Amino acid sequence: MARTALPGRLTWQAATVTAVRQETPSARTLVLDVPGWPGHLPGQHLDLRLTAEDGYSAQRSYSIASDWPGDGPVEITIQRLEDGEVSPYLTDVVETGDKIELRGPIGGWFVWRPAQPAPVLLVAGGSGVVPLMSMIRERGRLRARQPFRVIYSVRTPEDACFADELKRRVRDDAGLDVHFVYTRSAPDGWPAPPKRIDVATINSHGWPPDFAPDVFVCGPTSFVETVADILVALGHDPKKIRTERFGGK
Amino acid sequence: MELDGNALAGDLAEVFAVEMTTARFTCAGCRHADAVATLRVWTRAPGVVARCPSCGDVVLSLVRTPARVVLTLTGTARLELPV
Repeated sequence: MARTALPGRLTWQAATVTAVRQETPSARTLVLDVPGWPGHLPGQHLDLRLTAEDGYSAQRSYSIASDWPGDGPVEITIQRLEDGEVSPYLTDVVETGDKIELRGPIGGWFVWRPAQPAPVLLVAGGSGVVPLMSMIRERGRLRARQPFRVIYSVRTPEDACFADELKRRVRDDAGLDVHFVYTRSAPDGWPAPPKRIDVATINSHGWPPDFAPDVFVCGPTSFVETVADILVALGHDPKKIRTERFGGK
Repeated sequence: MELDGNALAGDLAEVFAVEMTTARFTCAGCRHADAVATLRVWTRAPGVVARCPSCGDVVLSLVRTPARVVLTLTGTARLELPV
């Protein structure tokens, strides 16, 4: 049944994949041309819908990785979940030129607005880095003055998305720091053995609570809850901590 | 799979004219109040179930049929919407 969309309401539309970029062995960026995209704020996501020939459809939310300079493509970075219904199709099957159904931009809570004057702490677990990358890119493009600290937990160095770009941004930007936490294997010469993120990590590589930073934490549910608990225990105001969980263990 | 209220944003944006994940709910069970984005969300049910992060009661559920969206707010004592 065809229906007319209500003005101002979110509707599904077709987008075209204009490029794909492998970020890690299991994560891929899709560059999307979305006609009439109204622009997005860093941290927002979009919903993507796949429909099989028999009419079965599955819908998932994916964070937007790119910033928005006013026009151009929209990029999402997808981590393949081995038991996933949608992500393996997006990471392994979709090709340049394919059409994808999506709606967005979506969400207004897990969003960094460049007008927020506080320093920023971003804490990422695995592909939770994606919406935070949009914030980092937006900050870079605007040459925003709020200093950013990033703590990025990955299993191994090969699992780090955007590693080269982050390295380059840190080199070129005195207001950006990135600290990696390796949970399974660390690079040669890394000063610490692999470990999970802990109080010492956040105490050493985050901001002191007195600085009242805006904090964004994104990752699997258990990661997000651990980090949020640590932040509150260190004295951060819970109201300044924004979290986004993407499931998992 | 457990998600949070951020994942409700798309479905709620189909129904409401304001961005609902920044709205503030009050749980009818325990009176905990926070942003809708902080609800605990399960999407593999027939529909979407969102529970209070404090007491675990169901605050809202959203079920889609081909022609309707059914939003149940029995567990919500109050919603404060951004305007």
